[in-house]
Amino acid sequence: MNQGEVAQWVDQARSAFAAAQDLDSLKAARLAHAGDKSPIALASRSLGSLPADQKASVGKIIGEAKAAIAAALDEATAKLEREQDERVLRDEVVDITLPVSRSHKGGLHPITIIKNEISDFFVEQGFSVAEGPELESGWLNFDALNIPADHPARTMQDTFFIEPVESGIVLRTHTSPVQIRTMLENEPPIYVICPGRTFRADELDATHSPVFHQVEGLVIDKGITMAHLKGTLDNFARHMFGADVTTRLRPSFFPFTEPSAEVDIFFNGRWIEWGGCGMVNPRVLASCGIDTEIYSGFAFGMGLERTLMVRHGITDMHDIVEGDLRFTRQFGVGL
Amino acid sequence: MRAPLSWIKEFVEIPATITPEQISDGLIRVGFEVEEIIKQGADLTGPLVFAKVLSIEELTEFKKPVRYVGLDCGEGSTRYVICGATNFVVGDLIVAALPGAVLPGDFAIGARETYGKTSNGMICSARELGLGDDHSGIMTFAEGSVTIGEDAISGLMINDVIFDVAVNPDRGYALSIRGLAREVAGSLNLKFTDPVNALRDLTFAETGKGVTAKIADPATASVFYLRTLTNFDPRATTPLWMRRRIEKMGMRSISLVVDITNYVMLELGQPLHAFDKSKIKGGLTIKRAGNAQPFTTLDGQVRQLHPDDLMVCDDEQPLALAGTMGGASSEISESTTEIVLEAVSFDPVCIAKNSRRHKISSEASRRLERSVDQSLAEFASARFVQLLTQHSSAQHVATFVDGRPKYAPLLMLDPAYISRILGLEITPTKIAELLRVIGCDVDEKIFEVDPPSWRWDLLTPADLAEEVARMIGYDAIPSVLPPRPVHASLTPTQKRRRAVATMLASLGLAEVQTFPFTNQETIDFMGFVGERASTYAIANPMSEEFPLMRVHLVPGLIEVAARNISRGAKDFAIFEMGSIFRSSQKLIDGIFPEIGSRPSAQTIKEIYASVPPQGFHVAGVLVGKVENEDWQGSARSYGWQDAIAAATDILDLCHLPWSIARSEFAPWHPGRCAELIVDGKAVAHAGELHPRIIAKYGLPARSAAFAVALSALPESPRVRPTTVGTMPAALQDVALIVDEKVAAGDVEAALRVGAGPLLESITLFDRYDKLGDGKVSLAFALVFRAEDRTLTGAEITALRESAVAEAARATGATLRTA
Repeated sequence: MNQGEVAQWVDQARSAFAAAQDLDSLKAARLAHAGDKSPIALASRSLGSLPADQKASVGKIIGEAKAAIAAALDEATAKLEREQDERVLRDEVVDITLPVSRSHKGGLHPITIIKNEISDFFVEQGFSVAEGPELESGWLNFDALNIPADHPARTMQDTFFIEPVESGIVLRTHTSPVQIRTMLENEPPIYVICPGRTFRADELDATHSPVFHQVEGLVIDKGITMAHLKGTLDNFARHMFGADVTTRLRPSFFPFTEPSAEVDIFFNGRWIEWGGCGMVNPRVLASCGIDTEIYSGFAFGMGLERTLMVRHGITDMHDIVEGDLRFTRQFGVGL
Repeated sequence: MRAPLSWIKEFVEIPATITPEQISDGLIRVGFEVEEIIKQGADLTGPLVFAKVLSIEELTEFKKPVRYVGLDCGEGSTRYVICGATNFVVGDLIVAALPGAVLPGDFAIGARETYGKTSNGMICSARELGLGDDHSGIMTFAEGSVTIGEDAISGLMINDVIFDVAVNPDRGYALSIRGLAREVAGSLNLKFTDPVNALRDLTFAETGKGVTAKIADPATASVFYLRTLTNFDPRATTPLWMRRRIEKMGMRSISLVVDITNYVMLELGQPLHAFDKSKIKGGLTIKRAGNAQPFTTLDGQVRQLHPDDLMVCDDEQPLALAGTMGGASSEISESTTEIVLEAVSFDPVCIAKNSRRHKISSEASRRLERSVDQSLAEFASARFVQLLTQHSSAQHVATFVDGRPKYAPLLMLDPAYISRILGLEITPTKIAELLRVIGCDVDEKIFEVDPPSWRWDLLTPADLAEEVARMIGYDAIPSVLPPRPVHASLTPTQKRRRAVATMLASLGLAEVQTFPFTNQETIDFMGFVGERASTYAIANPMSEEFPLMRVHLVPGLIEVAARNISRGAKDFAIFEMGSIFRSSQKLIDGIFPEIGSRPSAQTIKEIYASVPPQGFHVAGVLVGKVENEDWQGSARSYGWQDAIAAATDILDLCHLPWSIARSEFAPWHPGRCAELIVDGKAVAHAGELHPRIIAKYGLPARSAAFAVALSALPESPRVRPTTVGTMPAALQDVALIVDEKVAAGDVEAALRVGAGPLLESITLFDRYDKLGDGKVSLAFALVFRAEDRTLTGAEITALRESAVAEAARATGATLRTA
């Protein structure tokens, strides 16, 4: 055995390890070049029989050679293990475009969503959300709002009456009786909105429904002016339709407000009627026991279906009232 | 209400620089919605001439009537045209479009060969000229009213702008050219001349005996003018300018007398009615119908009168349904020579009731029910006399009046109030100036306002605030946010509803909203009985099919489910939140206190109590598979357990402890329905729908439903969480054999009792019902944990044995071996 021979063993081991394609062939190479019967192992074992003066020098050569072979083996093992791991991951690739969601898509009705959105907007500004019954007293639905007994709105062509008609119970034609209830039950200052379901004897068609929803607002406080009404509506309109929207008040007529106005919005390039509003008629305030010398107030109201249709480009009321899943599901739980 | 610009200009000085669009914007600004601006004649070019029919040759070889007509168009020779209309004879005056003319719709007229002849022009109908919808035949004109060969575009005053304006119900005065012209002037700051000014000094000679006027009840009418005229030649015709104005307003020319009544109504706003004097017995009285006979109106309809109907009657019978429609018996006819003209300030409510009871909305009733200027009974009837005597041989005989006009009272105004309400500083001088524009007299020293005769709606300072705002422009009011209240939040009930809806939506249920109407057949079919079946009936339902208020949400959801299935949906879950109506209380007669001041506390309490309570529920219907089936495999179907789970999830969300019991309850399967109890009260039901209902509505077998009475739930308690233990947990499985009649819930409850406070959780992880012998096996996983130590093997064994022992004692359970 000479130094050249040992170096050759090391080179042979190195190239055998490097040539191994997988961990199995590496194992065979390891047995051949670093196993018990490998030349280097045999040489190592025969060290004891060497003369004393050679033991140290040959032992050093063999020791270094064994370390070199071990290092080469470690390197090859690490490389092959890494390659194997990578191969496994590559083999486990899936088609992530397969349709995976099996659950039914639920969703809130868009009227619920828009009602929540409006409620949140006003609650953030300190308004409470008031509600009331859908079967309502005729006095609260009409008289208290300065709509006299012979007013056309109180005919059977416009209002659903409950039998016996002498009871005066009606399906509320607006959410305004909630305003009256709020004024009867609370002292000013009053800042409320009243969202809810309302009823009018209209045939169902593309833009009308006998059952629909409104949101009304009522503010009663000291020093409330029509400028405050305008400010509130401007803010509300921007929230609902975007910062670019402009509003316009047009003189109009409602028995429960004076002055009264229609509020229009300029949206998608045209003026659209959005709702009605005005300063609460002093006669209505007085009927609720509010001192008109001290307090004034404004009120406004708009249809939720109309707001929804305008904002989302819905053209047929039937989609809103029929309960077709394909409609509701598009909205999910938010707009 | 239509308004031709040419007519408005008669009363308003409008500079030529002002466009129709500016006028429209002005009207919108002061509260009159302009629905359409009709530019008549804009798409019409001549030559268009008046002509006389010289000859008519009927061409009979065609399927429809075709005439070959010879016309004198003032050209010195006869022009021949083909015409399909037949409403004219030789000698009639007509309008002809000559070759080169272009009619609306880009319809070019040229000489053309048709029906084997050469047609050298066209005889025109009103619609072909863009003058209206009347296409019943060609336009014909009275002898002497037009000149042959003359340009008909100017002769018919075609080039005009017509505004179609929506008038709010409080502005009856604006249902007239006078009223709208005043608004145009006010909105654009132009000079207005009131046409009534020229009528104030009109007097007519009394030459004989006229018909007398009487108001029986001053509450029904304030002033009643009757003008009697004689010596009328019924051959008199309406002047062309008047006919054209009436046509531009969307009405038809009928006869001179009727046309003048309509013309004056359109001009001033006061409806008039003309009677044939020869048909009147005695004088005329305005009174209630009482026990009158059936009455024939001039549209030929026989109407059964209501005793309260307000009528204009002679000494023997009713002659007109007051302010609404005249009667056939005293109508102006082709032989009328003596005329009685009626002009009345009726009570608006009386006319509204007349109109409503008989379902007649006439031009007259539309105006009178909105109230008409009280001074006009006099001036409009004078205007009639003026026009009729100018345009016919008629002569005034006598005028009778009963009653006197009633005007809105004087009003004291604090000018500071206006600024305070509008949020805009306006000087008293400016306020006075603006109020004068709308016709008020204002004494600025004491700020006493006298509203004009046509404004019965100006009764309070708030009414005047609106007028000032209107005239100054709503745009002038600034936009300011009100003072911000300190705090607000949703109520616990509102938050709970939202949480429930959001949870259900996240669980895959889609929210729907249904109409809250139902019918007795559905209530009975669903199996509702007793209080759950009784509800309120709508006196005037949308359809006789759904005359009742709903008593439950599930029937509506079933309808929606069936609709979705019919449109191809198979597997889905839907829910609804809303009110239900059960007539738990008998309705009392309505309470209607006077308004203007707050009713007494007792009255308010009674009004509130008169409104029946209305429950608020959430319900859902589950149909088909719980998941969509796909390449990953099949899915199980919804069943009773999913409905119960939805209901218990809702109660758990609200942190309400509940217990469960079997229930036989409509509309559920009697063996597969659970009742959930909170605080001793059944608040929810859930399970499989009754097979009879499933079959009738074509739902998949085993479809399930739940309903929770949200309004019956108590408030949610504040959550007090138990300490989270960090010591190791000990898991123990026990399998028990029980009789199949024993409820698993009872076994679980017994295990809990026996296991004691160290039991952290218990889960039924297996149920095996194939043992036979009427037995089932229930396998539970019990998790034990102590807060302060690791449980020993001996402790755990003792806990398990104690649990099993209690189950054995309470339910007869035995441990399952092997």
